[in-house]
This record gives sequence, C-alpha cells and structure tokens, in this order.
Amino acid sequence: MENWFYACKIEDVPANGGVCVKYKEEQIALFNFSRRGEWYATQNECPHRQQMALSRGMIGSQNDEPKVACPFHKKTFSLATGECLSGDECAIKTYAVKIEGDKIYINLHPSAPKGELETHELIA
Amino acid sequence: MKIVVIGNGMVGYKFCEKLVAKSQPQQFEVVVFGEEIRPAYDRVHLSEFFGGKSAEDLSMSPMDWYENNQIKLHLSDPVQSIDRTAKTVHSYHGITESYDILVLATGSSAFVPPIPGVDKEGVFIYRTIEDLEMMQSYSKKAKKGAVIGGGLLGLEAAKAMIDLGITDTAVIEFAPRLMPRQIDEAASGILANKLEQLGLKIHTSKNTSEILGDDCIKGMQFSDDTKIEVDMLVISAGIKPRDELAKLCGLEVGHRGGIVVNDKMQTADSFIYAIGECALHQGMIYGLVAPGYEMADVVASNLVSYINDDLSNTPLGVRGGEKAFLGFDMSTKLKLIGIDVASFGDPFINTNDTRTVVFEDTMKGIYKRINISGDGKYLLGGILVGDASAYNMLLQTSKNKVILPPNPEDMILGGRAGEAEGNGVLGLPDDAIICSCESVTKVGICKAVSEDGCETIDALKKCTKAGTGCGGCVPMVKDLMVHTMKSEGKYIRNVLCEHFAYSRQELYDLVKINKLKTYDEVLDTFGNGDGCELCKPPVASILASLWNDNILAKGNSTAQDSNDRFLANIQKGGSYSVVPRIPGGEITPDKLIVIGSVAKKYSLYTKITGGQRIDLFGAHLSDLPKIWEELIAAGFESGHAYGKSLRTVKSCVGSTWCRFGLHDSVSFAIQIEERYRGLRSPHKLKGGVSGCIRECAEAQSKDFGVIATEKGWNLYICGNGGSKPQHAQLLATDLDSETLIKYLDRFLMFYIKTADPLTRTATWLNKMEGGMSYLRNVVVNDSLGIAAELEVEMQTLVDSYKCEWKEAIENPAIRKQFSHFINAPEEKDPTMKFEAMREQKKVKDWS
Ligand code: SRM
Ligand SMILES: Cc1cc2nc3c(=O)[nH]c(=O)nc-3n(C[C@H](O)[C@H](O)[C@H](O)COP(=O)(O)OP(=O)(O)OC[C@H]3O[C@@H](n4cnc5c(N)ncnc54)[C@H](O)[C@@H]3O)c2cc1C
Ligand code: SF4
Ligand code: FES
Repeated sequence: MENWFYACKIEDVPANGGVCVKYKEEQIALFNFSRRGEWYATQNECPHRQQMALSRGMIGSQNDEPKVACPFHKKTFSLATGECLSGDECAIKTYAVKIEGDKIYINLHPSAPKGELETHELIA
Repeated sequence: MKIVVIGNGMVGYKFCEKLVAKSQPQQFEVVVFGEEIRPAYDRVHLSEFFGGKSAEDLSMSPMDWYENNQIKLHLSDPVQSIDRTAKTVHSYHGITESYDILVLATGSSAFVPPIPGVDKEGVFIYRTIEDLEMMQSYSKKAKKGAVIGGGLLGLEAAKAMIDLGITDTAVIEFAPRLMPRQIDEAASGILANKLEQLGLKIHTSKNTSEILGDDCIKGMQFSDDTKIEVDMLVISAGIKPRDELAKLCGLEVGHRGGIVVNDKMQTADSFIYAIGECALHQGMIYGLVAPGYEMADVVASNLVSYINDDLSNTPLGVRGGEKAFLGFDMSTKLKLIGIDVASFGDPFINTNDTRTVVFEDTMKGIYKRINISGDGKYLLGGILVGDASAYNMLLQTSKNKVILPPNPEDMILGGRAGEAEGNGVLGLPDDAIICSCESVTKVGICKAVSEDGCETIDALKKCTKAGTGCGGCVPMVKDLMVHTMKSEGKYIRNVLCEHFAYSRQELYDLVKINKLKTYDEVLDTFGNGDGCELCKPPVASILASLWNDNILAKGNSTAQDSNDRFLANIQKGGSYSVVPRIPGGEITPDKLIVIGSVAKKYSLYTKITGGQRIDLFGAHLSDLPKIWEELIAAGFESGHAYGKSLRTVKSCVGSTWCRFGLHDSVSFAIQIEERYRGLRSPHKLKGGVSGCIRECAEAQSKDFGVIATEKGWNLYICGNGGSKPQHAQLLATDLDSETLIKYLDRFLMFYIKTADPLTRTATWLNKMEGGMSYLRNVVVNDSLGIAAELEVEMQTLVDSYKCEWKEAIENPAIRKQFSHFINAPEEKDPTMKFEAMREQKKVKDWS
C-alpha cells in the first residue's frame, strides 16, 4: 500500500489520548486508544465551529462505539466511522493507521484499509 | 403520486418530514420550491441569530436530509404561476413541474402600513435571515432605533435592536397598550415597566404619519404633532398572508388576505392544499407555528391513508381523508427580552358567572391572572407576566378541563412550585397534549418510557419528538419520565453515565475505601466499557479531592476535562488563557510589572477579571510552559481558573484603609484563599470577605461569604451568580476566625463528598432534604458525628497542596504535551488568527 507517511513514535502519544500530527498543510488527530489496543486517526478540525481541536479531546465509548468529544462544545464523533454522535454536525474524515515497530504511520488515502484488525496484527 | 410543495418554510418543511415519517419510500415523489436561498430554518428562534446562533444552527435539517429522502429541493426559485388545468407549476428559473397534489406553504410576509417614506434606507422588516443580515450591517452606523409594533413580533424586533447594540430604541404602538391581543391592561403595564427598565422607550396610542429624512431615515413624525429622531427603524406591525399565487390562479382568498381552506386544508381546488400562515381557516389566520404543524399533519396523514387504503378508483382530491383540522388553541408563552409573557385559554373573559384571581407584584414585575368558571371547577384562561413557570400546568389544566383543587389560587401563588407541578402532570388525562408543537400526548410519552425503553430526555426527544420544538414542555416530559420509571420499580439514581452505575457520592466512598489512584483502576474495579467525557472528569476530580496528586500525573492526564489537561482554559480559536493567583485581589507594583512584561513578550490580551485578578488571553499552547516559568520565577502560582476548584476569594479593602471597616478583610480573604487554593471539588468554588455590612466584596453572592461584625464574622454559604443567581444564606453569626475556618472546612468537605458532578453549592443545598437547617446541624452541631473527620481530611489536603504549574514545568514528560504538533513541536497552529482591537489583540470571530 502506498501513501503511508511516518507520523511519530508510539511513546509520543499519551495512553487513551491524542496528539496532532502535521502532514504538509493537513492537521491530523491521532489517538492511542490503549484501553482497547486500537489506534485511530481523524481530521483535527471539529466541523461544529471549525476549530483545530479534536486531538485535544477526551476519548471514550458510547455503546461500544469508540468516540472523541471536542473540547469546545463536547460534540462527539465516532472514531471508527467519523459520524457525529451528538446531533447533526457533519461527519469527520477518518484515516488508516499502521504500526511498525515503535513507529506510527498514517494514510490519508480514503481507500486505505482501516480498522482494528490490521493494527492489532501489526502490533503483535 | 407526485406532490409539489411551494414554500420551504417551517410548515412546508414539517409537511415533508411528516410525509417521510408516515409513508414508505417511493410512495410519493416530492418536489419542493423555496424562494429563500437556504433550506427551511427555525423562524421562531430567528432572534437568536443575533445572540450568536448561525444560520446552520437554526436550520431544520441539512441539505443532505432532502437528498437522503429523495426530495427534490429547488432553492432560490420561487414559483411564479400555477396552471390548474394542466396541473403544472412554473418557476422563476423556468422549471415546469407537473403535480398530482399541490401544497401551498407560502407563509406570510411582514405587513407594512402605507406610511409615506417607508421605502427610505434604514427601514427594515423582520422575517428572514437576510433581513437580519441587512440589519446587522446597517446597525453599525445607527445609534437611535425604533420599532413600529408593540405586539409579539414588534417586541421580538426590539430585542433584536438591543442585541445589535442599539439600546436607545423606541417601541411605537398604535393601540393604547402593548400586546393588545394576548394580555390585559394591567399585564401590559407591568411589561412596559420592565421594558423601560431595560432602556426601551414605550410609546402607546401613537400613529406614525411620516418617515422623515432624505435618502436615509432621520426621524419619525406622529399624527399628534410630536416627532423623534431615528436612524434605524424596524416595521413589525403584523403579517400579510402570501396568497398572491393563489389569487393569480383564481383560488378563493379572504378579503383581508389568506387562502380559504376547509377542514382538510383543501382550497377551492380540491387538488390544491394550503397550510401554515398562508391558509385562512374559518376566518382565521394562525400566526403561530404549532397550528401550522397540525395542518401539515392533517394533509400528510390524509394523503398517506389515501395511498395505503388504495382508493385509487375514488377520484383523488375529492376524497379528503379522515383527519380534520379543528381550529387550534392560541395559547402562547414567550420569552421577550428575558421576560416571560404567556397567555392561554380565554385570557380576557370577565362575565358575571366567571371569577378572576389576580396576583400582582409591581416591585418584582410579576403579574398573574387566572379566570375560573363560576362554580370554581374549571380553569378558563389566564395571563402570566414576569414568571411563567406555571404556564404548562395551567394550560394543560384548562385544556383538559381538569377539576380544580379547592384553592385554585395556589396554582399561581404556590410556594412549592416544583411539587405542585409534579403532582399536577400526573393528574392529567392520558390524552392530554404535553408537547403542543409536536402533538405528543401524555400516554405517548409514558409508553415511550415503558415500552420503548426511553429513559433519558434525549432518547425521548429522538423517539417521540416531544420537546424538540419550543422546548417549553421539557420539565413536564422529565416529570413523566421519572414517574413512569419509578412506578415500574426502577430506582432512579444520578448515575454518572453508561460506564458507571454509581452516583458521584457512592463512587467517592468506593474509591476512598479501595484506595484507587488512577482513572483506569476505578473503571476496571467499578465501571465497564471504556469511559467517556461524562465520567472521566468527575472521577478525575474525585481522585484529586481524595489524594491531591498532580492531576497530570501519569495515567490521569487524559482523564481530565480538556481545560484541566492543559492547565488552562481553551478559548475561541484554540488559544489558552493564563490566570495567576492574586489572593484577595492584593498585588504589589512589582508583580504588576511582571504581568505586564510577560503579557507584552508573549503578545497576550490582558483584562481585569470579575474575580479581582488579571487574565492573560491568547497564549499558544506551546508558550504556556514558558509563560508560567516566568510567572512562577516572579513568585506567582496557578490560579486554577481552569479547574473545578477554588477560584478567588474576593475582598474589600477593609479596616486597614476604609473608615467603616470593622476588621481586616483583606488579610482574612488571603488566609482563606491560600488555605483552599487548588482544592478540587464537584464544581468551582468562590468566596468573598467584606469588612462591614456595606458588603463591597459581594460576599453574599458566593459559595461562601464572610462579613465582619462588631464581635467577629458572620458566615454565609451556598450563594451563586451564574444564570440562576441566588443569595448565600446565613450559617452562623459572630464567629472568631478559628471557628469560622473550622466550619468552612466541614462545609466544603461535606460538599465535596456528597454533591453530584457539576453541581454548585447553591443547587446542592436546594436539592438537600431538610435544606439549610439540616446542613447547619451537620456543620455547626455535628449531628452526623463526622465533623472531626471532615476537618482532618481537609487539613490533609491543605498540607499536601503544591502548585501544579510548577510541577508541570519541571517535569519534561508533562512539558512535552504542550505542543500543537507532535511531529513539529516548534510550530504553532497556523489556523489561529488574531485581529487588533483597542491597542491589544482579539481572536478572530468564528464563522
Ligand atoms: C475571566 C472571567 C470574566 C471576566 O473577564 O471578568 C470569566 C470567564 C469565564 N467564565 Fe466566569 N468568569 C469570570 C467571573 C465569573 C463570575 C463573577 C465572579 O466570580 O465574581 C461569575 C458569577 C459568579 C458565580 O460563579 O457564582 C461567573 C460565572 C461563570 C459560570 C456560571 C457558573 C454557574 O454556576 O452557573 C460559568 C460556566 C461554568 O462554570 O460552568 C463560567 C465560565 C467561564 C469560562 C471559564 C468559560 C469557559 O469555559 O471558557 C470563561 C473563561 C475564562 C478564561 O479563559 O480565563 N463563569 N464567572 C472572570 C474570571 C474570574 C476569575 O478571576 O477567576
Ligand atoms: C421574528 C419572529 C418570531 C416568531 N416567534 C414565534 C413564536 O415565538 N411562536 C410561534 O408559534 N410563532 C412565532 N413566529 C411565527 C412562525 O415563525 C410562523 O408561524 C411560521 O414560520 C409559519 O410557517 P410557514 O411555513 O407557514 O411560513 P414561513 O416560515 O414564512 O415559510 C414560507 C416560505 O415560503 C416561501 N415562499 C413564499 N412564496 C413562495 C413561492 N411563490 N415560491 C416558493 N417559495 C415561496 C417563503 O420565502 C418562505 O420561505 C415568529 C415569526 C417571526 C418572524
Ligand atoms: S459571562 Fe463568562 S462565560 Fe459568558 S462570555 Fe462572559 S466570560 Fe464567557
Ligand atoms: S467546535 Fe467542536 S464542538 Fe463546537
């Protein structure tokens, strides 16, 4: 698979939290959902008020759906699908993540495979 | 069947929504024409546009809703003609669509009286978002405003003028009183008084004869030979149904406007319906949204039953369906400029065989009137101004003909409103309409709780739509939900969220007994799932209240609420604020200079806060540690402006300087602030110390307030500013300083242990059984025998206090988290934008 770019190291991302990764002009929120052993990447911009803030949000789950809450007005978005779980804000983009050794890679291409399976395999 | 809808306003939209909900996909082909540039939005809350809501916030449904439901929507394209023989409509942009059924939902426009000069620049109407945008840009050069019309819409427009910053505004009403159609003279008087207190000038019995000025409006001339200066005018004197299309194709319209319809909302042409504000039903135009929704429901239901019952051999249009519109109650409740105004049933009735009870408090600006049948059994109608909390109950009681209690006046005087309302809603019949915007009945709500398992207000809103319109029924919906759950034996506790089946108080005890130290340990031991933004902050707060470890210590940092996680409040645009502690508001000139030079160096906006200290706004995330490093070196420490913890203890200057001061309030305020600094609690805490009863420190509006007396200090507790201000109550009098601190230790610790998350002390006390006398017993008389324990716990926290910012800058692992880009730590967020204002900067407004 092409288009993978190196983001940062595993140790750079706090457990059960996020960081913001810069790639060219893009800002990507990268989340280490260590409680579930999963990694997620989404756009950093919250669609509600166009704030570059999702990476600073709290993550958690709602009926088992992994989600992030924007720090500004606590709109929540699914980390898996990007769908807005509170009201009708637009969905956010989600991206594929893979781990090799202690390095994290992100793929902005929409067709890149996402999901826990791949990341689990790669961690192991 | 193909349906064409003309008009994509509130009612036209509601019709589509109801049709989608009632029908199967593909049963109907729907095409909608809208004249405005955006899809339907909430006109009822139009004024909130000036309060910061965006056009999107007001939108009823986003564009993709129409797509997803296969509705073809032509915006900015008014229909210009209807050909009834060919059954087609023709639009401005040249689209011709045929129809089987045509629905007119063209609404109304503002009625503009024929006054010479109404076409001058600076004269506006108030109906659409475009109107508001034009007002907004014009208002920048206007100072003196006026509104023609003292009715519901006029007062709404007057509020808009205030929101636009034109506080010098006059309201011109032709009738002798305000809101002549809804409320009586006494109520109008009270309302006028309140509006005048807000700075509006009210002119009743005034007839405008001319609008003065050359191109732009300069003033208004009245028929009584008086005139006023005006540079911006809004005309909001009534509505005019948009029946021009109907007229053009020969449909019957009323002589004062409105498309004539029967009980099925059919016009003279049975293939054409009219709903909403353009429809004239039994001689009546309904200028409110709820009747329009009911009309939409009638037409949607009948069209669906026509298709489902497969009556295709009966000619469509002749058969109107079963459901009929039977008129509508015109009861209204409004919040005008923050003042409640409501009228219901027959507000004015006053005959020999009726009785009227009136309650009036001119001081507080409250007026309540109820009209009761002669036999005292039924409520016929009434008026509420200043306090409309009883509106829902009264409306339901009158609509459902509920037999009144022996002392009906209690309904408007009732001291314990909460209790009376709770019982009240249960006394209503099953088919009582609780939500009139969406016509949801009592039994509908109870069933959604018991059969569909809706056990939160959000779930109920989703499933029944109750409470999604004006929102006025939400308290009743909540009462019904709680009652239904209780009657099924469900124990209702304020559990934190889906991950913890415990209340905050229970969890506090469990965490303490089990000596748990991190969020994950608590979740593993007492919770389930992965946690969320609802349970993380309260658990993190409990851990901090119990153990006082640094809140960013490993394992807990990502459980903190976003502001705590970066030890600063996030602002619009993503910058942060810096608030060093300035205990009691006392600061040396040297420290002031340090704040000034730090602010200059990092280009921060500075402002004196309402809490007697200085806030520095606009810091980049990566600058925070550097800024704090400099401040700490100069002897400052964290002010915890970001935490649910002690904020400030305000002080007045006190006996050291003031000629009235009884004791040294500044020293005592500093002592108290330093004692409780950093104390994590269910919500924020504020205090105040005044040197005498003149109360310059406003101590009685704080969570705890201290006021000097000849013999010592009086201690007040559980006061609150915020949206529901409440004065603190006297706990004990003439205390010496040691006793006062003892009481404060006990009070604060008891609050920390027992309050729900995000509950200020005032709300905590309001919910406490036994109220102030119970709390006084616990704190002063040690009725629970826990006073000594509470004092020890507090002392432990006081002794273990450390400035968390100092620890943060000294710990490289924590410091590393303060960068915007993990892979470019030196770079700042390029999207953050500032503008200059009054020699400082401000954040660029969000769009
Ligand atoms: C800076 C300040 C306004 C000012 O320029 O004067 C302010 C600013 C904020 N207030 Fe306040 N409040 C400020 C004094 C007040 C006061 C007046 C007072 O303390 O004397 C009140 C009313 C008194 C009270 O709290 O009882 C006040 C009632 C609130 C409330 C409503 C609290 C309530 O219980 O209803 C909130 C919302 C909340 O806490 O949930 C709030 C929340 C906020 C937040 C934190 C909103 C936010 O989340 O971004 C604001 C950001 C501050 C920042 O970034 O530093 N602020 N706020 C004042 C800081 C005082 C200080 O030195 O710490
Ligand atoms: C400031 C304000 C405050 C209000 N407050 C309240 C309140 O508190 N409570 C309450 O119950 N009601 C209130 N109302 C009234 C409420 O907004 C109306 O009752 C409701 O909007 C009526 O809905 P409607 O669809 O009939 O008309 P509208 O919402 O006006 O929609 C009609 C739409 O049809 C369009 N149209 C007209 N002709 C054509 C054509 N030929 N082709 C295509 N499109 C066309 C119009 O542009 C418009 O978009 C308020 C109104 C205003 C203006
Ligand atoms: S009142 Fe407080 S919360 Fe509201 S805008 Fe002012 S500072 Fe912000
Ligand atoms: S900006 Fe994200 S929720 Fe408002």
